[in-house]
Amino acid sequence: MDIYLPIAAISQDVFVLLALGGVVGFLSGVFGVGGGFLLTPLLIFIGVPHAIAVASSANQLVGASVSGALAHWRRGNIDFHMGIVLLVGGFAGSAAGVWFFALLRRLGQIDIAISLAYAILLGTLGVLMLVESTRAVLRLRRPGAGQRKLHQHIWLHGLPFKMRFRRSKLYISALLPLALGFFVGVLSAVMGVGGGFVMVPAMIYILGMPTAVVPGTSLFQIIFVAAGVTVLQAVENGTVDAVLALVLLVGGVVGAQLGTRFGTQLRGEQLRALLAILVLAVAAKLAFDLTVRPDDLYSLETIGQ
Amino acid sequence: MRHALPLLLLLLWLPPARAAEPLVADLTSHFVAITTGFTGANVVLFGATDGPGDVIVVVRGPNRDAVVRRKSKVAGIWVNTRQVTFTGVPSYYAVYSTRPLDDVMPAAARALHDIGLANLRFDAVEKKRSPEEVADFRAALVRERRQEALYVDAVGGFNFFSGALFHLALGFPANVPTGNYTVQIFLVREGRVVGGQTSPLYISQAGVDAVVNDFARRRALIYGVLAVIGAALAGWLSSLPFRHA
Repeated sequence: MDIYLPIAAISQDVFVLLALGGVVGFLSGVFGVGGGFLLTPLLIFIGVPHAIAVASSANQLVGASVSGALAHWRRGNIDFHMGIVLLVGGFAGSAAGVWFFALLRRLGQIDIAISLAYAILLGTLGVLMLVESTRAVLRLRRPGAGQRKLHQHIWLHGLPFKMRFRRSKLYISALLPLALGFFVGVLSAVMGVGGGFVMVPAMIYILGMPTAVVPGTSLFQIIFVAAGVTVLQAVENGTVDAVLALVLLVGGVVGAQLGTRFGTQLRGEQLRALLAILVLAVAAKLAFDLTVRPDDLYSLETIGQ
Repeated sequence: MRHALPLLLLLLWLPPARAAEPLVADLTSHFVAITTGFTGANVVLFGATDGPGDVIVVVRGPNRDAVVRRKSKVAGIWVNTRQVTFTGVPSYYAVYSTRPLDDVMPAAARALHDIGLANLRFDAVEKKRSPEEVADFRAALVRERRQEALYVDAVGGFNFFSGALFHLALGFPANVPTGNYTVQIFLVREGRVVGGQTSPLYISQAGVDAVVNDFARRRALIYGVLAVIGAALAGWLSSLPFRHA
Protein backbone atom coordinates (compact mmCIF):
# COMPACT_ATOMS: atom_id res chain seq x y z
CA MET A 1 0.00 0.00 0.00
CA ASP A 2 1.57 3.26 -1.11
CA ILE A 3 1.41 6.47 0.84
CA TYR A 4 1.99 9.85 -0.77
CA LEU A 5 4.39 11.99 1.26
CA PRO A 6 3.20 15.59 0.87
CA ILE A 7 6.52 17.41 1.36
CA ALA A 8 8.81 14.87 -0.27
CA ALA A 9 6.20 14.74 -3.11
CA ILE A 10 6.85 11.05 -3.69
CA SER A 11 4.95 7.84 -3.02
CA GLN A 12 6.45 5.22 -0.75
CA ASP A 13 5.16 1.88 0.40
CA VAL A 14 3.79 2.49 3.89
CA PHE A 15 4.88 -0.97 5.04
CA VAL A 16 8.45 -0.32 3.93
CA LEU A 17 8.45 2.87 6.01
CA LEU A 18 6.88 1.13 9.01
CA ALA A 19 9.42 -1.67 8.74
CA LEU A 20 12.25 0.85 8.47
CA GLY A 21 11.02 2.70 11.55
CA GLY A 22 10.59 -0.66 13.28
CA VAL A 23 14.10 -1.90 12.46
CA VAL A 24 15.72 1.36 13.56
CA GLY A 25 13.53 1.42 16.69
CA PHE A 26 14.43 -2.19 17.44
CA LEU A 27 18.15 -1.43 17.11
CA SER A 28 17.82 1.64 19.31
CA GLY A 29 15.98 -0.49 21.88
CA VAL A 30 18.64 -3.21 21.78
CA PHE A 31 21.67 -0.93 21.81
CA GLY A 32 20.25 2.04 23.72
CA VAL A 33 21.19 4.54 21.02
CA GLY A 34 18.87 6.95 19.21
CA GLY A 35 19.13 5.24 15.86
CA GLY A 36 18.90 8.51 13.94
CA PHE A 37 22.33 7.86 12.44
CA LEU A 38 20.93 4.74 10.76
CA LEU A 39 17.51 6.16 9.90
CA THR A 40 18.74 9.00 7.67
CA PRO A 41 21.05 6.87 5.48
CA LEU A 42 18.37 4.17 5.16
CA LEU A 43 15.81 6.77 4.05
CA ILE A 44 18.33 8.00 1.49
CA PHE A 45 18.89 4.42 0.27
CA ILE A 46 15.14 3.95 -0.39
CA GLY A 47 14.99 7.16 -2.42
CA VAL A 48 13.86 9.94 -0.07
CA PRO A 49 15.68 13.16 -1.05
CA HIS A 50 18.70 13.82 1.23
CA ALA A 51 17.45 17.14 2.63
CA ILE A 52 14.01 15.75 3.46
CA ALA A 53 15.48 12.59 5.02
CA VAL A 54 17.57 14.71 7.39
CA ALA A 55 14.83 17.14 8.43
CA SER A 56 12.13 14.47 8.84
CA SER A 57 14.50 12.29 10.89
CA ALA A 58 14.92 15.22 13.28
CA ASN A 59 11.12 15.42 13.50
CA GLN A 60 10.85 11.67 14.19
CA LEU A 61 13.58 12.01 16.80
CA VAL A 62 11.45 14.39 18.89
CA GLY A 63 8.88 11.63 19.45
CA ALA A 64 11.44 8.86 19.93
CA SER A 65 13.39 10.83 22.54
CA VAL A 66 10.25 11.96 24.43
CA SER A 67 9.34 8.30 24.75
CA GLY A 68 12.84 7.38 25.98
CA ALA A 69 13.34 10.39 28.26
CA LEU A 70 10.02 9.76 30.05
CA ALA A 71 11.19 6.28 31.03
CA HIS A 72 14.41 7.72 32.50
CA TRP A 73 12.56 10.59 34.20
CA ARG A 74 10.35 8.13 36.07
CA ARG A 75 13.52 6.59 37.50
CA GLY A 76 14.93 10.03 38.36
CA ASN A 77 17.87 9.61 36.02
CA ILE A 78 17.93 13.06 34.42
CA ASP A 79 20.29 15.87 35.46
CA PHE A 80 18.08 18.79 34.39
CA HIS A 81 20.68 21.40 35.34
CA MET A 82 23.27 19.80 33.05
CA GLY A 83 20.60 19.20 30.39
CA ILE A 84 19.71 22.89 30.26
CA VAL A 85 23.32 24.02 29.91
CA LEU A 86 23.83 21.47 27.12
CA LEU A 87 20.63 22.73 25.56
CA VAL A 88 21.79 26.37 25.43
CA GLY A 89 24.83 25.22 23.47
CA GLY A 90 22.62 22.88 21.44
CA PHE A 91 20.26 25.63 20.29
CA ALA A 92 23.15 27.84 19.19
CA GLY A 93 24.71 24.88 17.39
CA SER A 94 21.52 23.85 15.63
CA ALA A 95 20.85 27.43 14.46
CA ALA A 96 24.37 27.53 13.01
CA GLY A 97 23.85 24.06 11.53
CA VAL A 98 20.55 24.92 9.81
CA TRP A 99 22.12 28.06 8.37
CA PHE A 100 25.07 26.00 7.10
CA PHE A 101 22.60 23.46 5.67
CA ALA A 102 20.78 26.20 3.72
CA LEU A 103 24.12 27.49 2.42
CA LEU A 104 25.18 24.04 1.21
CA ARG A 105 21.79 23.63 -0.41
CA ARG A 106 22.19 26.88 -2.35
CA LEU A 107 25.63 25.75 -3.47
CA GLY A 108 24.16 22.42 -4.65
CA GLN A 109 26.46 20.40 -2.39
CA ILE A 110 24.01 19.30 0.30
CA ASP A 111 23.64 15.68 -0.87
CA ILE A 112 27.38 15.17 -1.03
CA ALA A 113 27.94 16.95 2.30
CA ILE A 114 25.38 14.74 4.06
CA SER A 115 26.76 11.51 2.59
CA LEU A 116 30.32 12.54 3.35
CA ALA A 117 29.52 13.58 6.92
CA TYR A 118 27.81 10.24 7.51
CA ALA A 119 30.57 8.20 5.91
CA ILE A 120 33.25 9.90 8.06
CA LEU A 121 31.28 9.86 11.30
CA LEU A 122 29.95 6.32 10.98
CA GLY A 123 33.31 5.04 9.78
CA THR A 124 35.15 6.55 12.76
CA LEU A 125 32.45 5.47 15.18
CA GLY A 126 32.30 1.93 13.83
CA VAL A 127 36.05 1.44 14.14
CA LEU A 128 36.12 2.87 17.70
CA MET A 129 33.20 0.68 18.76
CA LEU A 130 34.73 -2.42 17.23
CA VAL A 131 38.07 -1.77 18.98
CA GLU A 132 36.32 -1.07 22.29
CA SER A 133 34.09 -4.14 22.18
CA THR A 134 36.97 -6.41 21.14
CA ARG A 135 38.98 -5.13 24.10
CA ALA A 136 36.00 -5.67 26.41
CA VAL A 137 35.63 -9.26 25.21
CA LEU A 138 39.37 -9.86 25.77
CA ARG A 139 39.22 -8.19 29.21
CA LEU A 140 36.45 -10.54 30.27
CA ARG A 141 38.83 -13.44 29.78
CA ARG A 142 41.42 -11.82 32.08
CA PRO A 143 39.63 -11.32 35.38
CA GLY A 144 40.87 -8.61 37.72
CA ALA A 145 42.03 -6.26 34.95
CA GLY A 146 40.15 -3.27 33.59
CA GLN A 147 39.58 -1.29 36.79
CA ARG A 148 39.27 2.42 36.10
CA LYS A 149 38.89 5.48 38.31
CA LEU A 150 35.28 6.64 38.53
CA HIS A 151 36.06 10.30 37.95
CA GLN A 152 39.29 11.80 36.75
CA HIS A 153 39.79 15.53 36.94
CA ILE A 154 41.36 16.82 33.74
CA TRP A 155 42.58 20.37 32.90
CA LEU A 156 39.44 21.05 30.81
CA HIS A 157 37.34 20.98 33.97
CA GLY A 158 39.33 23.91 35.36
CA LEU A 159 38.28 26.41 32.66
CA PRO A 160 36.48 29.58 33.88
CA PHE A 161 32.70 29.90 34.63
CA LYS A 162 32.63 26.93 36.97
CA MET A 163 29.21 25.58 37.85
CA ARG A 164 27.88 23.03 40.31
CA PHE A 165 25.83 20.13 38.89
CA ARG A 166 24.32 18.42 41.95
CA ARG A 167 22.70 15.42 40.31
CA SER A 168 25.95 14.57 38.53
CA LYS A 169 28.06 15.47 41.61
CA LEU A 170 30.30 17.69 39.46
CA TYR A 171 31.85 21.16 39.82
CA ILE A 172 33.20 21.96 36.37
CA SER A 173 33.41 24.81 33.83
CA ALA A 174 30.09 25.50 32.06
CA LEU A 175 32.05 26.09 28.84
CA LEU A 176 32.53 22.34 28.48
CA PRO A 177 28.87 21.29 28.27
CA LEU A 178 28.13 24.44 26.22
CA ALA A 179 30.73 23.48 23.61
CA LEU A 180 29.60 19.86 23.59
CA GLY A 181 25.97 20.95 23.16
CA PHE A 182 26.97 23.26 20.31
CA PHE A 183 28.85 20.54 18.43
CA VAL A 184 26.00 18.05 18.77
CA GLY A 185 23.52 20.78 17.73
CA VAL A 186 25.42 21.27 14.46
CA LEU A 187 25.42 17.49 13.85
CA SER A 188 21.73 17.36 14.59
CA ALA A 189 20.90 20.04 12.01
CA VAL A 190 23.18 18.85 9.23
CA MET A 191 22.66 15.10 9.70
CA GLY A 192 19.25 14.74 11.37
CA VAL A 193 20.72 12.76 14.25
CA GLY A 194 20.26 13.24 17.97
CA GLY A 195 23.97 12.88 18.44
CA GLY A 196 23.57 10.46 21.33
CA PHE A 197 26.46 8.42 19.99
CA VAL A 198 28.72 11.47 20.39
CA MET A 199 27.01 12.92 23.45
CA VAL A 200 27.01 9.76 25.58
CA PRO A 201 30.75 8.97 25.38
CA ALA A 202 31.60 12.68 25.74
CA MET A 203 29.45 12.94 28.89
CA ILE A 204 31.17 9.95 30.42
CA TYR A 205 34.76 10.51 29.37
CA ILE A 206 35.03 14.32 29.00
CA LEU A 207 32.47 15.70 31.47
CA GLY A 208 32.92 12.78 33.87
CA MET A 209 29.21 12.33 34.60
CA PRO A 210 27.98 9.23 36.47
CA THR A 211 26.82 6.61 33.92
CA ALA A 212 23.35 6.29 35.45
CA VAL A 213 22.26 9.84 34.54
CA VAL A 214 23.93 9.93 31.10
CA PRO A 215 21.28 8.37 28.80
CA GLY A 216 18.36 10.23 30.41
CA THR A 217 20.12 13.61 30.33
CA SER A 218 21.24 13.02 26.75
CA LEU A 219 17.69 12.11 25.66
CA PHE A 220 16.25 15.08 27.59
CA GLN A 221 18.36 17.59 25.72
CA ILE A 222 17.90 15.76 22.38
CA ILE A 223 14.12 16.33 22.63
CA PHE A 224 14.60 20.09 22.60
CA VAL A 225 17.48 20.26 20.15
CA ALA A 226 15.56 18.00 17.70
CA ALA A 227 12.44 20.14 18.23
CA GLY A 228 14.46 23.28 17.52
CA VAL A 229 16.02 21.73 14.41
CA THR A 230 12.59 20.63 13.15
CA VAL A 231 11.13 24.12 13.47
CA LEU A 232 14.20 25.79 11.96
CA GLN A 233 14.30 23.31 9.04
CA ALA A 234 10.58 23.87 8.41
CA VAL A 235 11.05 27.64 8.29
CA GLU A 236 14.45 27.86 6.63
CA ASN A 237 14.37 24.97 4.17
CA GLY A 238 10.77 23.64 4.06
CA THR A 239 12.05 20.07 4.19
CA VAL A 240 10.14 18.57 7.16
CA ASP A 241 7.73 15.83 6.07
CA ALA A 242 5.55 15.36 9.15
CA VAL A 243 3.64 12.46 7.55
CA LEU A 244 6.91 10.59 6.95
CA ALA A 245 8.03 11.31 10.52
CA LEU A 246 4.77 10.03 12.04
CA VAL A 247 4.78 6.80 10.02
CA LEU A 248 8.40 6.15 11.04
CA LEU A 249 7.50 6.92 14.64
CA VAL A 250 4.68 4.36 14.72
CA GLY A 251 7.05 1.65 13.46
CA GLY A 252 9.84 2.90 15.71
CA VAL A 253 7.85 2.79 18.94
CA VAL A 254 6.84 -0.83 18.46
CA GLY A 255 10.38 -1.75 17.38
CA ALA A 256 11.96 0.01 20.38
CA GLN A 257 9.81 -1.87 22.90
CA LEU A 258 10.61 -5.22 21.28
CA GLY A 259 14.27 -4.25 21.08
CA THR A 260 14.49 -3.33 24.77
CA ARG A 261 13.17 -6.75 25.78
CA PHE A 262 15.43 -8.56 23.35
CA GLY A 263 18.43 -6.48 24.42
CA THR A 264 18.29 -7.57 28.05
CA GLN A 265 18.77 -11.18 27.01
CA LEU A 266 22.00 -10.56 25.09
CA ARG A 267 25.57 -10.00 26.24
CA GLY A 268 26.71 -6.37 26.00
CA GLU A 269 30.07 -6.90 24.31
CA GLN A 270 28.80 -9.10 21.50
CA LEU A 271 25.94 -6.66 21.04
CA ARG A 272 28.29 -3.71 20.68
CA ALA A 273 30.47 -5.62 18.20
CA LEU A 274 27.33 -6.38 16.20
CA LEU A 275 26.31 -2.73 16.16
CA ALA A 276 29.86 -1.72 15.17
CA ILE A 277 29.71 -4.05 12.16
CA LEU A 278 26.32 -2.67 11.15
CA VAL A 279 27.54 0.91 11.44
CA LEU A 280 30.64 0.10 9.38
CA ALA A 281 28.52 -1.53 6.68
CA VAL A 282 26.39 1.62 6.32
CA ALA A 283 29.53 3.79 6.27
CA ALA A 284 31.12 1.56 3.62
CA LYS A 285 28.03 1.77 1.40
CA LEU A 286 27.99 5.58 1.67
CA ALA A 287 31.72 5.86 1.00
CA PHE A 288 31.42 3.50 -1.97
CA ASP A 289 28.61 5.60 -3.48
CA LEU A 290 30.74 8.73 -3.11
CA THR A 291 33.88 7.35 -4.73
CA VAL A 292 32.49 5.21 -7.52
CA ARG A 293 31.91 6.98 -10.84
CA PRO A 294 28.17 7.81 -11.02
CA ASP A 295 26.15 6.36 -13.92
CA ASP A 296 25.19 9.87 -14.88
CA LEU A 297 27.58 12.71 -14.09
CA TYR A 298 24.71 15.17 -14.40
CA SER A 299 22.00 15.69 -11.84
CA LEU A 300 18.89 17.79 -11.96
CA GLU A 301 17.14 19.93 -9.40
CA THR A 302 13.81 21.64 -10.06
CA ILE A 303 13.41 25.00 -8.37
CA GLY A 304 10.08 25.70 -6.66
CA GLN A 305 7.08 23.47 -6.63
CA MET B 1 -12.04 4.03 -19.03
CA ARG B 2 -15.53 3.47 -17.71
CA HIS B 3 -16.52 6.75 -19.36
CA ALA B 4 -15.45 5.42 -22.72
CA LEU B 5 -18.68 4.02 -24.02
CA PRO B 6 -21.06 6.88 -23.23
CA LEU B 7 -18.59 9.36 -24.67
CA LEU B 8 -18.14 7.41 -27.84
CA LEU B 9 -21.88 7.24 -28.23
CA LEU B 10 -22.08 10.97 -27.64
CA LEU B 11 -19.44 11.62 -30.28
CA LEU B 12 -21.31 9.42 -32.73
CA TRP B 13 -24.42 11.49 -32.16
CA LEU B 14 -22.68 14.81 -32.65
CA PRO B 15 -24.70 16.98 -35.07
CA PRO B 16 -23.37 16.93 -38.65
CA ALA B 17 -22.40 20.62 -38.44
CA ARG B 18 -19.54 19.68 -36.09
CA ALA B 19 -18.09 17.49 -38.80
CA ALA B 20 -17.06 20.66 -40.61
CA GLU B 21 -14.22 20.94 -38.07
CA PRO B 22 -11.37 18.68 -39.18
CA LEU B 23 -10.66 17.72 -35.56
CA VAL B 24 -12.78 17.66 -32.41
CA ALA B 25 -11.27 16.36 -29.19
CA ASP B 26 -11.56 16.70 -25.44
CA LEU B 27 -10.46 15.13 -22.17
CA THR B 28 -12.83 13.03 -20.05
CA SER B 29 -11.61 14.97 -17.05
CA HIS B 30 -9.86 18.31 -16.67
CA PHE B 31 -8.76 17.69 -13.12
CA VAL B 32 -6.36 15.18 -11.58
CA ALA B 33 -6.35 15.01 -7.79
CA ILE B 34 -3.22 13.76 -6.02
CA THR B 35 -4.41 12.12 -2.83
CA THR B 36 -2.68 10.01 -0.17
CA GLY B 37 -2.80 6.79 -2.18
CA PHE B 38 -1.72 8.44 -5.45
CA THR B 39 0.39 6.20 -7.68
CA GLY B 40 -0.18 7.97 -10.97
CA ALA B 41 -3.26 8.65 -13.09
CA ASN B 42 -4.68 8.16 -16.55
CA VAL B 43 -6.68 10.86 -18.29
CA VAL B 44 -8.55 9.72 -21.39
CA LEU B 45 -8.60 11.91 -24.47
CA PHE B 46 -11.41 11.47 -27.02
CA GLY B 47 -11.49 12.84 -30.51
CA ALA B 48 -13.02 12.67 -33.94
CA THR B 49 -11.45 13.58 -37.28
CA ASP B 50 -13.16 14.28 -40.59
CA GLY B 51 -11.01 11.80 -42.43
CA PRO B 52 -7.60 10.11 -42.51
CA GLY B 53 -4.51 11.81 -41.12
CA ASP B 54 -2.05 11.64 -38.27
CA VAL B 55 -2.84 12.82 -34.77
CA ILE B 56 -0.23 14.38 -32.47
CA VAL B 57 -0.99 15.15 -28.83
CA VAL B 58 1.28 17.44 -26.81
CA VAL B 59 0.87 17.65 -23.04
CA ARG B 60 2.77 20.46 -21.35
CA GLY B 61 3.11 21.09 -17.62
CA PRO B 62 3.78 24.41 -15.88
CA ASN B 63 7.20 26.01 -16.43
CA ARG B 64 9.76 25.89 -13.64
CA ASP B 65 13.41 26.79 -13.29
CA ALA B 66 15.81 23.89 -13.13
CA VAL B 67 19.47 23.54 -12.18
CA VAL B 68 21.63 20.92 -13.88
CA ARG B 69 24.86 20.08 -12.09
CA ARG B 70 27.84 18.13 -13.33
CA LYS B 71 30.05 16.07 -11.06
CA SER B 72 33.81 15.70 -11.29
CA LYS B 73 36.21 13.76 -9.15
CA VAL B 74 37.82 15.96 -6.50
CA ALA B 75 40.20 14.36 -4.00
CA GLY B 76 38.76 10.92 -4.67
CA ILE B 77 35.07 11.73 -4.35
CA TRP B 78 32.52 12.85 -6.91
CA VAL B 79 31.30 16.37 -6.17
CA ASN B 80 29.23 18.86 -8.16
CA THR B 81 31.64 21.26 -9.81
CA ARG B 82 29.74 22.97 -12.61
CA GLN B 83 26.12 23.99 -12.98
CA VAL B 84 23.77 25.61 -15.47
CA THR B 85 20.40 27.09 -14.51
CA PHE B 86 17.63 26.99 -17.08
CA THR B 87 14.49 29.13 -16.87
CA GLY B 88 11.05 28.42 -18.29
CA VAL B 89 11.57 24.66 -18.43
CA PRO B 90 8.33 22.66 -18.80
CA SER B 91 8.06 20.52 -15.68
CA TYR B 92 6.21 17.93 -17.75
CA TYR B 93 6.19 17.36 -21.49
CA ALA B 94 4.68 14.45 -23.37
CA VAL B 95 4.18 14.01 -27.07
CA TYR B 96 2.07 11.19 -28.47
CA SER B 97 1.80 10.54 -32.19
CA THR B 98 0.11 7.93 -34.34
CA ARG B 99 3.35 7.34 -36.27
CA PRO B 100 6.99 8.39 -35.64
CA LEU B 101 7.20 12.21 -35.71
CA ASP B 102 9.82 12.15 -38.49
CA ASP B 103 7.34 10.36 -40.76
CA VAL B 104 4.43 12.61 -39.83
CA MET B 105 5.82 16.07 -40.45
CA PRO B 106 9.12 17.75 -41.42
CA ALA B 107 11.44 19.11 -38.73
CA ALA B 108 10.76 22.74 -39.69
CA ALA B 109 7.01 22.32 -39.23
CA ARG B 110 7.53 20.62 -35.87
CA ALA B 111 9.78 23.47 -34.74
CA LEU B 112 7.08 25.95 -35.77
CA HIS B 113 4.50 24.26 -33.55
CA ASP B 114 6.97 23.39 -30.72
CA ILE B 115 6.29 19.70 -31.19
CA GLY B 116 8.76 17.13 -29.89
CA LEU B 117 11.47 16.97 -27.21
CA ALA B 118 13.97 18.40 -29.72
CA ASN B 119 11.91 21.60 -29.88
CA LEU B 120 11.66 22.37 -26.17
CA ARG B 121 12.65 25.98 -25.72
CA PHE B 122 14.28 27.13 -22.54
CA ASP B 123 17.21 29.41 -21.87
CA ALA B 124 20.34 29.11 -19.76
CA VAL B 125 20.73 31.83 -17.15
CA GLU B 126 24.52 31.63 -17.25
CA LYS B 127 25.66 33.46 -20.36
CA LYS B 128 29.38 32.77 -20.07
CA ARG B 129 29.19 29.06 -20.91
CA SER B 130 29.93 27.94 -24.43
CA PRO B 131 26.96 26.82 -26.56
CA GLU B 132 28.37 23.28 -26.74
CA GLU B 133 28.57 23.07 -22.96
CA VAL B 134 25.03 24.41 -22.54
CA ALA B 135 23.84 21.84 -25.10
CA ASP B 136 25.38 19.05 -22.98
CA PHE B 137 23.61 20.32 -19.86
CA ARG B 138 20.36 20.68 -21.78
CA ALA B 139 20.65 17.11 -23.06
CA ALA B 140 21.29 15.94 -19.49
CA LEU B 141 18.13 17.71 -18.32
CA VAL B 142 16.01 16.02 -20.98
CA ARG B 143 17.63 12.65 -20.19
CA GLU B 144 16.93 12.97 -16.44
CA ARG B 145 13.34 13.98 -17.05
CA ARG B 146 12.80 11.07 -19.43
CA GLN B 147 14.13 8.70 -16.78
CA GLU B 148 11.62 10.10 -14.30
CA ALA B 149 8.88 9.66 -16.95
CA LEU B 150 8.25 13.41 -16.86
CA TYR B 151 9.30 13.81 -20.48
CA VAL B 152 7.66 11.32 -22.77
CA ASP B 153 7.62 10.71 -26.48
CA ALA B 154 5.37 7.87 -27.41
CA VAL B 155 4.38 6.47 -30.78
CA GLY B 156 1.05 4.69 -31.02
CA GLY B 157 -1.26 4.02 -28.13
CA PHE B 158 -4.18 5.54 -30.03
CA ASN B 159 -7.31 3.44 -30.38
CA PHE B 160 -9.17 4.21 -33.56
CA PHE B 161 -12.80 3.27 -34.17
CA SER B 162 -14.21 3.24 -37.67
CA GLY B 163 -11.23 5.27 -38.88
CA ALA B 164 -12.38 8.63 -37.53
CA LEU B 165 -13.03 8.28 -33.82
CA PHE B 166 -10.14 7.74 -31.43
CA HIS B 167 -9.24 7.69 -27.82
CA LEU B 168 -5.88 7.82 -26.08
CA ALA B 169 -4.94 7.28 -22.44
CA LEU B 170 -2.58 9.98 -21.16
CA GLY B 171 -0.61 8.41 -18.33
CA PHE B 172 0.85 10.57 -15.56
CA PRO B 173 3.42 9.13 -13.11
CA ALA B 174 3.22 9.37 -9.30
CA ASN B 175 5.83 12.15 -9.25
CA VAL B 176 3.84 14.36 -11.67
CA PRO B 177 4.32 18.09 -10.93
CA THR B 178 1.24 20.02 -9.87
CA GLY B 179 -0.20 23.02 -11.70
CA ASN B 180 -1.89 24.09 -14.91
CA TYR B 181 -1.34 21.87 -17.95
CA THR B 182 -2.28 22.35 -21.56
CA VAL B 183 -3.14 19.49 -23.89
CA GLN B 184 -2.76 20.34 -27.59
CA ILE B 185 -4.19 18.02 -30.23
CA PHE B 186 -3.06 18.37 -33.83
CA LEU B 187 -4.39 16.73 -36.97
CA VAL B 188 -1.65 16.47 -39.60
CA ARG B 189 -2.05 15.70 -43.29
CA GLU B 190 0.84 15.63 -45.77
CA GLY B 191 3.13 17.23 -43.22
CA ARG B 192 0.85 20.18 -42.52
CA VAL B 193 -1.31 20.90 -39.49
CA VAL B 194 -4.90 21.01 -40.76
CA GLY B 195 -6.72 21.05 -37.44
CA GLY B 196 -5.88 21.79 -33.86
CA GLN B 197 -7.41 22.14 -30.48
CA THR B 198 -6.20 23.00 -26.98
CA SER B 199 -7.69 21.69 -23.77
CA PRO B 200 -6.74 22.66 -20.21
CA LEU B 201 -5.86 20.20 -17.47
CA TYR B 202 -5.30 20.99 -13.80
CA ILE B 203 -3.26 18.68 -11.58
CA SER B 204 -3.37 19.41 -7.89
CA GLN B 205 -2.79 17.84 -4.51
CA ALA B 206 -6.13 17.19 -2.87
CA GLY B 207 -7.38 16.21 0.55
CA VAL B 208 -5.08 15.97 3.55
CA ASP B 209 -1.88 16.19 1.50
CA ALA B 210 -2.89 19.43 -0.15
CA VAL B 211 -3.75 20.93 3.23
CA VAL B 212 -0.45 19.80 4.74
CA ASN B 213 1.65 20.99 1.82
CA ASP B 214 -0.11 24.35 1.54
CA PHE B 215 0.10 24.91 5.28
CA ALA B 216 3.78 23.92 5.41
CA ARG B 217 4.57 26.51 2.78
CA ARG B 218 2.46 29.41 3.99
CA ARG B 219 2.74 28.97 7.73
CA ALA B 220 6.14 27.31 7.98
CA LEU B 221 6.68 28.29 11.62
CA ILE B 222 3.31 27.00 12.84
CA TYR B 223 3.76 23.86 10.72
CA GLY B 224 7.15 23.22 12.31
CA VAL B 225 5.77 23.72 15.82
CA LEU B 226 2.81 21.43 15.09
CA ALA B 227 5.13 18.77 13.62
CA VAL B 228 7.10 18.86 16.89
CA ILE B 229 3.98 18.72 19.07
CA GLY B 230 2.58 15.84 17.01
CA ALA B 231 5.78 13.83 17.34
CA ALA B 232 6.09 14.60 21.07
CA LEU B 233 2.47 13.51 21.66
CA ALA B 234 3.05 10.30 19.73
CA GLY B 235 6.16 9.65 21.82
CA TRP B 236 4.30 10.33 25.07
CA LEU B 237 1.31 8.17 24.11
CA SER B 238 3.57 5.32 23.10
CA SER B 239 5.32 5.35 26.49
CA LEU B 240 2.03 5.04 28.44
CA PRO B 241 1.39 1.30 27.97
CA PHE B 242 4.93 0.55 29.16
CA ARG B 243 4.84 2.84 32.22
CA HIS B 244 4.86 0.06 34.76
CA ALA B 245 7.02 -2.32 32.78
